[in-house]
Amino acid sequence: MSSAWTAVAIVGVGTIALKSTGPVLLGGRELPARLMGLLSVLAPALLAALVVTQAFASGRHLVLDPRAAGLGAAAVAVLLRAPLLAVIVIAAAATALVRAL
Amino acid sequence: MPRREFRDGVRAILGLTPAAFAFGASFAVLARAAGVGGVAATVMSATTFAGSAQVATVSILGTGGGLAAAVVAALLLNARYGAISVSVAPGFRGSLLRRLVESQLIVDESWAVSVQPDGRVERGVLLGAGATLWIFWTTGTVAGAVAGEAIGDPNRLGLDGAFPALFLALLAPQLRSRRAVAAAAIGAAIAFALIPFTPAGVPIVAATAGCLVGWRR
Repeated sequence: MSSAWTAVAIVGVGTIALKSTGPVLLGGRELPARLMGLLSVLAPALLAALVVTQAFASGRHLVLDPRAAGLGAAAVAVLLRAPLLAVIVIAAAATALVRAL
Repeated sequence: MPRREFRDGVRAILGLTPAAFAFGASFAVLARAAGVGGVAATVMSATTFAGSAQVATVSILGTGGGLAAAVVAALLLNARYGAISVSVAPGFRGSLLRRLVESQLIVDESWAVSVQPDGRVERGVLLGAGATLWIFWTTGTVAGAVAGEAIGDPNRLGLDGAFPALFLALLAPQLRSRRAVAAAAIGAAIAFALIPFTPAGVPIVAATAGCLVGWRR
């Protein structure tokens, strides 16, 4: 087996295991209240980190590239209560525009 | 599972489907350049179904980084799914096989559109969004493997700017309590601080420490 297929197999099995841990081991059960307290703020913590890495990371470098313009446009759209689809389209357009300049 | 929830999930994620398709295609092009064939790339999209980890795997293999480095990097990138997986567990019911299969539709985007302000997810919304993304991601990979370079660079269309925008738009309605704002600020600060010093994936996992503001005695 080539190393490409070996990597596909190991990463695939590992990812399937990571994604299924909760539903397979704990599916349908209520989690302890203390854990739910922590998990109730998992979304803001993780979403904020995803915004940062998706907009400003390039490998191990912090960069300011056209994605930042897209994010700025998205922030304005969010403040104006634009629907989700509009926010995405505006961000992509702003990113493309600044990149083309 | 209410059919309406599933439909809501499909609708919520539709705006991201062009980007998912285009990045699936560019993953296949990148994979081929790195010596990973179209069939292997498609199998990977269908099974791993996690864009950043897939791109990391093939680019490390392509630059001669070796199998171990590629696998470790990819699994580090996906480590956040361990935390997400536990958080969504109460919503997943039914047989073991069903829970195993359905949980594979967990990706950042499907989780983000289905998570409620109290941290629970609407399973139907997650599955609708996840299944939609899976279809576009996998067919995009096939298209990229077949049509190859003809597809061009999706970044020219600004599609790489679509993902942070989605996460920002989904973060905003979460910021209803002081604790949520604090968790977001800590998560963002940790990500900024660690990006230059750690392999990709670590900043996101470490940012989950922002959860600690949710600690109750």
